[in-house]
Amino acid sequence: MSIITDEDVANEEKPNRRQRQAARIAEAASAGLKAILVKIILLGLVDAIALYALFVLFAKGQWIVFGLVLAVTLIVNWIYFSPGKLPAKYLTPGVIFLVIFQIFAVGYTAYIGFTNYSTGHNSDKDQAVSALMSSALERVPDSPTYAVTVVDRVGTLSLLVTDPDGDVSIGSNDEPLQRVSDATVEGGKAVAAAGYTSLSFQDVVARTDEITKMAVPYSEDPNDGSLRTPDGRNAYLYLSTLVYDEQAGTMTNTGTGVVYSDTGEGAFTSPDGEAMLPGWRINVGFDNFVRAFTDEGIRGPLVSVTIWTFFFAGISVASTFLLGLFLAIVFNDLRMKGRKFYRVAMILPYAFPAFLSALVWAGMLSESFGFINQVLLGGAQIPWLTNEWLAKFSILLVNLWLGFPYMFLVCTGALQSIPEELQEAATVDGASPWAVFRLIKLPLLLVSVAPLLIASFAFNFNNFNLIYMLTGGGPRDAEASVNVGATDILISMVYKVAFTGQTRDYGLASAFSIIIFILVAVISIISFRKTKALEDLN
Amino acid sequence: MVKKNGLLAAGAVAIVATLALAGCSAGTEKADPAKNSGSLTVWVDAERIDALKDAAASYTDETGVKVKLVSKDNAKLKDDFIQQVPSGKGPDVTMGAHDWLGELVTNGVVAPIELGDKADGFLDVAVNASTYEGKTYMLPYAIENLALLRNADLVKTAPTSYDDMIAKGTASGVKYPFVVEQGADGNPYHLYPFQTSFGAPVFGTDADGGYDSTKLELGNAGGVEFATWLGSQGKKGTGVFNTEITGDIAKDAFTTGKAAFWLTGPWNVGAAKEAGINLAVDTIAPPSKDAAQPFAGVKGFFVSEQSKNKVAANDFLVNYLGTEAVQTELFKSGNILPALSASAEAASADPIIAGFAAVGAEAVPMPAIPAMGQVWQFWGIAQAAVINGADPAATWTKLSADVTKAIG
Repeated sequence: MSIITDEDVANEEKPNRRQRQAARIAEAASAGLKAILVKIILLGLVDAIALYALFVLFAKGQWIVFGLVLAVTLIVNWIYFSPGKLPAKYLTPGVIFLVIFQIFAVGYTAYIGFTNYSTGHNSDKDQAVSALMSSALERVPDSPTYAVTVVDRVGTLSLLVTDPDGDVSIGSNDEPLQRVSDATVEGGKAVAAAGYTSLSFQDVVARTDEITKMAVPYSEDPNDGSLRTPDGRNAYLYLSTLVYDEQAGTMTNTGTGVVYSDTGEGAFTSPDGEAMLPGWRINVGFDNFVRAFTDEGIRGPLVSVTIWTFFFAGISVASTFLLGLFLAIVFNDLRMKGRKFYRVAMILPYAFPAFLSALVWAGMLSESFGFINQVLLGGAQIPWLTNEWLAKFSILLVNLWLGFPYMFLVCTGALQSIPEELQEAATVDGASPWAVFRLIKLPLLLVSVAPLLIASFAFNFNNFNLIYMLTGGGPRDAEASVNVGATDILISMVYKVAFTGQTRDYGLASAFSIIIFILVAVISIISFRKTKALEDLN
Repeated sequence: MVKKNGLLAAGAVAIVATLALAGCSAGTEKADPAKNSGSLTVWVDAERIDALKDAAASYTDETGVKVKLVSKDNAKLKDDFIQQVPSGKGPDVTMGAHDWLGELVTNGVVAPIELGDKADGFLDVAVNASTYEGKTYMLPYAIENLALLRNADLVKTAPTSYDDMIAKGTASGVKYPFVVEQGADGNPYHLYPFQTSFGAPVFGTDADGGYDSTKLELGNAGGVEFATWLGSQGKKGTGVFNTEITGDIAKDAFTTGKAAFWLTGPWNVGAAKEAGINLAVDTIAPPSKDAAQPFAGVKGFFVSEQSKNKVAANDFLVNYLGTEAVQTELFKSGNILPALSASAEAASADPIIAGFAAVGAEAVPMPAIPAMGQVWQFWGIAQAAVINGADPAATWTKLSADVTKAIG
């Protein structure tokens, strides 16, 4: 790496002496031969992997991804091989991570939010048609199993069919079954016919595509059905209940005569609005967002759930912060004996996986069998999780238990970074300990902790694990006709609405996620603006 | 130094990026016709993969078709299958359960299979369960259902009715005469046998014998009768039913000898045996006139609609996995009743399996139709409310109304 030139420096916005010095040191540190070697090896590795990926993508014709990988690789090489560009060198890895893990995920969710991706609208139209056609095949009632041998004549496949009476006939897609008399029969099954080559099972498997499309008419009358062989050994007589007209894009039910057409709803729909499933994925614009506010299962409980979500997130942040801060102050006092031991004990709840702790708590809070009622309260019957208000209280309590160690850690760190002199100076000036805390320590603490409080709020706003594991959103009011309980927060309600039983509505769930994302983002932006005022303290 | 770290990070990023991007695009692998020389990808529940290894290897020996078994977490199998089949990344065959059928068929990800004459060799309940809207989609291999486990040291003979069971259980002097898994949101799956005893199935059947979502039977007169009975056994009555008794509590009560009877499935037999309980399996003691029919859960194999190897897949399923040798082998690993009659008979040499099989003969397939989802979300809550003392008739009528409205 070349030494930074004056020109480079001049391009930067008036760096002061110290910055320039720092830049020089950073450049010089990497200028050694060893550093250059390491750099070349690492970049070489990156390029080698990128090249491999490019070959793979090229072979598969994935042009968009190919272009992206190529562009990213070129940019990375350019940045690290050209002199200067120190900020870019630092930022590139982070930016790539940001794009992959954040922007792509949000963008894809937004995209799904505008589609009808859900149970029954899972794939594209071609696949829906093929699935409909294959399930439309009805076996002709009381028809027997026919033993078959797949045979080939100049590239055209035919079925050599032995019926249960031992009669042998042959037919192909275009020619209905015809009796043959000169077939070779082995063990009651015709295995070869003159003029045809019999296919081995391996050949049959290799020509799967042709064989799955084969339908040999049983006779000249199409209503007699046609023979199909699912496994190349046996054939059955089928009639299709659907006819697909590719030109008109319609499906006709041969039984009822109803014509289903593509009316732009992502499924073949009959004139009276009955949709044939599976359908396919289409873009539905803002439909999901409209439904998010008009669906009866959502609109009814939306207000109460939203209020509870804000309360839950707000109280969780406040309670964990206050307890964490209190303990941090207590354990920060040098007069406290055995501080290290206590500190480790404090961290423990943070070290357990949260969903596991939630399950354990659910067991402990059980009304008739839980540890709390049975042992601590001497056999009391307190419905911790089954009474509406107690369940809310229990949720907050458990979240306090889960969340305070984090705040404790953060506050301990922040407290220790506040210079002792400040406290000493204040004490000398005659400030009471409370005044020292309120006027000096807390504001300084908030400078570093406030962003974390906002992050904690955003996290708790979507704290699905805790709700799902502890109460499952319950207790549910058996009187209410919606599947939403007293402790459901927005995200757990969305889960219930979008994924009840066997219906998965990814489109609706994504639309909700975007709405919640916007909500949290707005709250965070406003809060960050406000905390800027705190930074002026420094 | 700083820069080197940056480089390392950049390298890691690039690797992750390329792998991720390459991963996104791996979907078209199956489309390559040159590769279509006959190989099957089979997704298998991680717990059953060992049982299939031999079967897969000998199928390859016989036919030359390679079988690639992929171990999957059972909880993720269904959703992964539904999402990956349309992208072309899915397997040719997957293991699954019959109650997925509604969802799989509605999504168009499974292809019908033809059991042909072999259908007669399977137990009726297995074939019924594998059929959806008149077509067979699954090769069944095992049947699971509830039965009544009895601690034979406490109670010597099988009960003839629910009241008899409670009387015998109480006479044995243990804390709980009878336990069954429940929960704050109820547990309709476990209470269903009692409901059927009052003549109240969830859905009526159509001409094909499949469940018909337009015929909701849940709220019929028998259903109300069941609710009234359930209330009499709950908080305000005998207290035998208690929503606080979760699966773990029921298990603990029975395995420590504190309960005489336990209504549960084959998955808990191992725990009871390990605890040294002298185990007997009885038919479920009916509280009313009809037999107590539990839900049967049937496990089996599906063929992907987008499989490029359908012929081999069908052959592997019907002509190979449907044979007695393979079904017996699968039984040995899972210890649940084989779906093939011949294997089921052989397996019934074990009195425990025979006990479950006897109840299974009465069992009805759990409905696989999508409307069932609307039933589950109200059903358990209503049962829990009745057990906890709500007015049975009113609660049950409301349940029926809510479900009818939700199905639409």
